[in-house]
Formats: sequence, C-alpha cells, structure tokens
Amino acid sequence: MSTDPPAAEPSALSRRTFVATTVAVGGAVAAGDLVVGPSAFGAEPSTAAETGPSTRVSLVVNGRRLTVVVDNRTSLLDLLREHLGLTGSKKGCNAGACGACTVLVDGRRVNSCLTLAVRLEGAEVTTIEGLAKGERLHPLQQAFIDQDAFQCGFCTPGQIMSGVGCLKEGRTGSAEEIREWMSGNLCRCGCYVKIVRAVEQAARWK
Amino acid sequence: MYPFSYTRVSDLRTAVQAGSDGGRYIAGGTTLVDLMRETVERPGKLVDISALPLREVTATKGGGLRIGALMRMAEVAAHPTVRALYAVISQALELSASAQLRNMATIGGNIMQRTRCTYFRDVTASCNRREPGTGCAAREGFNRTHAILGTSEQCVATHPSDVAVAFAALEATVHLLGPAGERTVAFSDFLLRPDNTPQREQSIRQGELITAVEVPAQPRPLRSGYVKVRDRQSYEFALTSAAVALHVRGGVIQVAKVAAGGVGTVPWKLSAVEQRLIGQRPSEALWTQAAEVAADGAQPLAHNNFKVELLKRTVERQLRVVGGTR
Ligand SMILES: Cc1cc2nc3c(=O)[nH]c(=O)nc-3n(C[C@H](O)[C@H](O)[C@H](O)COP(=O)(O)OP(=O)(O)OC[C@H]3O[C@@H](n4cnc5c(N)ncnc54)[C@H](O)[C@@H]3O)c2cc1C
Ligand code: SF4
Ligand code: FES
Ligand code: FES
Repeated sequence: MSTDPPAAEPSALSRRTFVATTVAVGGAVAAGDLVVGPSAFGAEPSTAAETGPSTRVSLVVNGRRLTVVVDNRTSLLDLLREHLGLTGSKKGCNAGACGACTVLVDGRRVNSCLTLAVRLEGAEVTTIEGLAKGERLHPLQQAFIDQDAFQCGFCTPGQIMSGVGCLKEGRTGSAEEIREWMSGNLCRCGCYVKIVRAVEQAARWK
Repeated sequence: MYPFSYTRVSDLRTAVQAGSDGGRYIAGGTTLVDLMRETVERPGKLVDISALPLREVTATKGGGLRIGALMRMAEVAAHPTVRALYAVISQALELSASAQLRNMATIGGNIMQRTRCTYFRDVTASCNRREPGTGCAAREGFNRTHAILGTSEQCVATHPSDVAVAFAALEATVHLLGPAGERTVAFSDFLLRPDNTPQREQSIRQGELITAVEVPAQPRPLRSGYVKVRDRQSYEFALTSAAVALHVRGGVIQVAKVAAGGVGTVPWKLSAVEQRLIGQRPSEALWTQAAEVAADGAQPLAHNNFKVELLKRTVERQLRVVGGTR
C-alpha cells in the first residue's frame, strides 16, 4: 500500500551488541544507560538519515529495571526486539491489526507496535519471555502445548500474552466469549479452535 | 516516521499552552502512531496528555453522564454507571477494535480518529482529505466500504468510530478547553461533513483540548443498544451499524434516539426514523415502517449500493431488539 520511506544506513551497533549491553544492565538498577539511539532506524525506517530527538526512559521489562535512551520514534516492539534481544514478541502488521506484538504494560494487554517506548517511564512490561516462573511454564503456555494450539507459531506469543490478558479480565465464560475477546489476535494458520480450547483449559486451572 | 520532540504534561494549563504552541496531543496513540508511521501525520512536537486528570465517569443531575476524555475505551465500556444508564455506549465500545486497542485508546482520541479510507492512508494516492486539491481516488476506485450519506464531490470517506454513533444518537456535547477558556459544542456540530473542506474534520481549534463528552439525561426507563454489521464477525469496522435508544411510557414511544454508522461521512443521525417512532405503539409493523426512511437521501457509489438496503435492515433489526417486540 504505502511506500516506506527509504531506510537509513544500518547502525554500527548490531543487535548482538545490544543483547550484551542489556545483560550487563539487567538486574542492576541504573547501572548505566542503554543507548538506543540511531539504531532505531534499523527497525523503523526513517525519512531522514538524521537522528531524531531522543529521551531517557526507565522501565521494568520482565522484572528487570532498565534505563534506555530511545529515539522518540522507537516503538515498544522495536525496543524489545531490536534493542533488548527479546524477539518473542512478533511484528505482523506494525499497525494494530494483528495482535502478534501483544505484551502486558502495567498488567494490561496492549499492542506494542502502537506504543511509543518514550511514553513508558516507570512502566512494567511483561513479554512472553517473562511469563514462565523459571522452568515452570505459565498455565496458558502449557495449555497451548497440550492443545496443540499452533502450527507455524508466529502468532503464538501474541496469542498467549493476549490470552493472559483475557484470563485476567475474566472474559472466559464460554467459548463464544473467548472467541470475541481474543479476536484481536489473528492466526494465519487457522488454529482458532485449539486456541480457544487452550484458553478454556487455562481458565479451568485458575 | 518523521522525527518529533516529546513532552509530558500533567496539568491542563500547561497542556493547552503546549497545544497552542503547535504541539500535537497524544492520548492512546492508536490512531496517531499508526498514521505517523504511514507518514500521513507528521507532527513535529508530541504532547503526551495521558497524565491529565480527565479520567472519570460521573453521573450528572437527572441521570446524564460525563465521560472524561482520557478514559480508555475498555474502562468506559465496563463502567457500572455507563452500563446501567446507557447500554448503547458500552455495546458500541465493546464492538470496537480489539481488547488490546480498547485498553489503550481513549474517548477523546476515539472521536478525533481519522477515516480508514485506504487511499487516505496511502500517501501515494490522491486524496483531498490528506492533501486538498489532489482529487479523490476512492470516487472512481474501490469504494465498497465508503459512505452513501453526507458525501461531497471532494470526499466520500466514512467516519469510522462506533461510539460516536451512540453519541450522535444521544445528542451528546463535547467539552473543550482552549487558550480562550472553556466551551461546549453539540456533537452534531463537532464532526464535520467534507463539503469543500474535507481536510477539516472537527470543529476543534488549534490548541483546544477535549476534556469530556457529556450525554444529556433522558427519561427513564430507557432501553438502548448497538448493532454492527461487518465483513467479519469481530475486530472490523462497520459496513453498517445502528444505535437506538427508546423510552416507552403507557405503551407509547415517548423518546426515540437513532443514528447509523458505516454509512455517513459523519455518524448519521436518523431524525426521520425518530419522527416515525415518536407517539406510536411498538409493533413489528412500526419497526419496518420507521426503518423504511433510514437511507433517505443516500447517494451510493459504484461498489456500495448494497449499503442502502443493508442500512434499512440494520436499523429495523435494532429497533426490534431494543423495542422488544421479539
Ligand atoms: C486495527 C484497528 C481497528 C480499529 N477498529 C475500530 C472500530 O472497530 N471502531 C472504532 O470506533 N474504532 C476503531 N479503531 C480506532 C480506535 O478506536 C482509535 O484509534 C482510538 O479510539 C483513538 O484513540 P487514542 O486515544 O488512541 O487516540 P490518539 O491516537 O492518541 O489520538 C488521535 C487524535 O486525537 C487527538 N486527541 C487525542 N486526545 C485528545 C484530546 N483529549 N483533545 C484533543 N485532541 C485529542 C490527537 O491529537 C490525535 O490527532 C481501530 C483502530 C485500529 C488500529
Ligand atoms: S474518500 Fe476522502 S479520504 Fe478517501 S481518497 Fe477520497 S478524499 Fe481521500
Ligand atoms: S504487529 Fe502490532 S498488531 Fe500487528
Ligand atoms: S500458528 Fe501460524 S499464524 Fe498462528
């Protein structure tokens, strides 16, 4: 449909560099800023090759406090995937229309592709990587395995995070209710029947 | 996306000051971030208003409602006062977007959202709404989802909001705060038809902030509800929709509030349908007879003629559901 503005040069800092930086920062409170500056271009093509204004943000991701400096244009999804190495959350449409990027922000399920990271000062973010307690899977993760609720798996992290939100919101009274309240997550493989069963299973466990 | 500066405001005065200085308000961001990424919107300065104290629903004297502009769609839909007084508002919201988007998006942002016309969203297409004077690709293009009412030579795009249809039916007012102080605008004057200026979509002025939407009191009991017809069962915009509220006393309809969505360049108030209902006794025949005038004045395009009949049936169905004869 629309033309993407030309992408800028790939940044000097590769994803691997950022992973390393993150691990160093992880757990330590404000041990140093993770600078997520111009590399935002790698994910969010910019019209100009210049660096946009950036902002320092402190947030908690999967229980770890981080301070990052983000180009204001960086979405939470790009922060997670391109800069923190948390590639579980997926980019399907980048426009709020598929749910593959669903994460919890302050306990509520949201589309991380439409969330600007710069707005997350003080926020608590939970992604699919932060759901299990050590080796123990979240009941809904287990239910997805038990019910064989995926094929290619691309939509699955978003489905599960959305399902966790759906369970919290108490919208699991019937298969019909689950279908409606899970409708913000598309599955190209068409696993809907089993996804509903998985949410039902997790609802029974609660 | 073009670069922008970012500031967060926590009081109304600072917000309006920043808005008047050319800042663009961002609430839930679900319309704005999307359109910025498409480079349809190119604000240089974002003003984050999410911390402003506009997060309350209050019942007003006599049973009206005042909904703070920063209330999220999910919060309003679930609010016990809203559910008790205006089921039509709750239903319109719960049939909107997705659970995730409703957790982010606000009421103020919802009534400010821009059209979902695909040509509007595509910066390579000609579009008078996005770039005045460039033409309208939808007129001769794919216009199956476009408007049949309130269109102009310039633009035929629908207004996509669902809850705005409920607000139009209920004759809500929009509360605004600007550099010159507060004012209120009737909902019917807030959203503008395209006419010769499709780029002007709301009668809001530079720097003005929506503080609340107020729904006037209605006689009780009031039965109300919303129906939405779409290409898929959920997570889709309306092809047609209808918001209906009825107050029946002594077996006679005393108050009828009806509006339609998915068909107009703005939420379409159906005064002619209301007139056919008031003073009458609910009956199957009445619903059909009233809905008969729902599409009066329609000007279908090459691909959306089906909306004329669909609109009548949508209104008839919702009159029956709310009127309770079946
Ligand atoms: C995939 C998808 C599906 C959708 N489906 C539906 C649907 O079925 N039905 C429906 O009704 N909607 C639907 N929407 C639209 C959604 O409801 C709107 O995007 C949302 O309500 C906008 O609110 P927001 O708070 O996110 O606004 P923002 O994106 O923050 O702002 C939108 C605009 O409003 C302005 N603004 C925001 N708050 C104020 C204020 N208080 N005062 C003055 N100006 C303000 C901003 O400057 C901006 O111009 C859908 C959206 C998506 C992405
Ligand atoms: S219908 Fe309106 S929004 Fe769509 S292309 Fe034409 S002018 Fe633009
Ligand atoms: S990637 Fe966010 S909704 Fe599709
Ligand atoms: S499992 Fe393939 S998209 Fe859902």
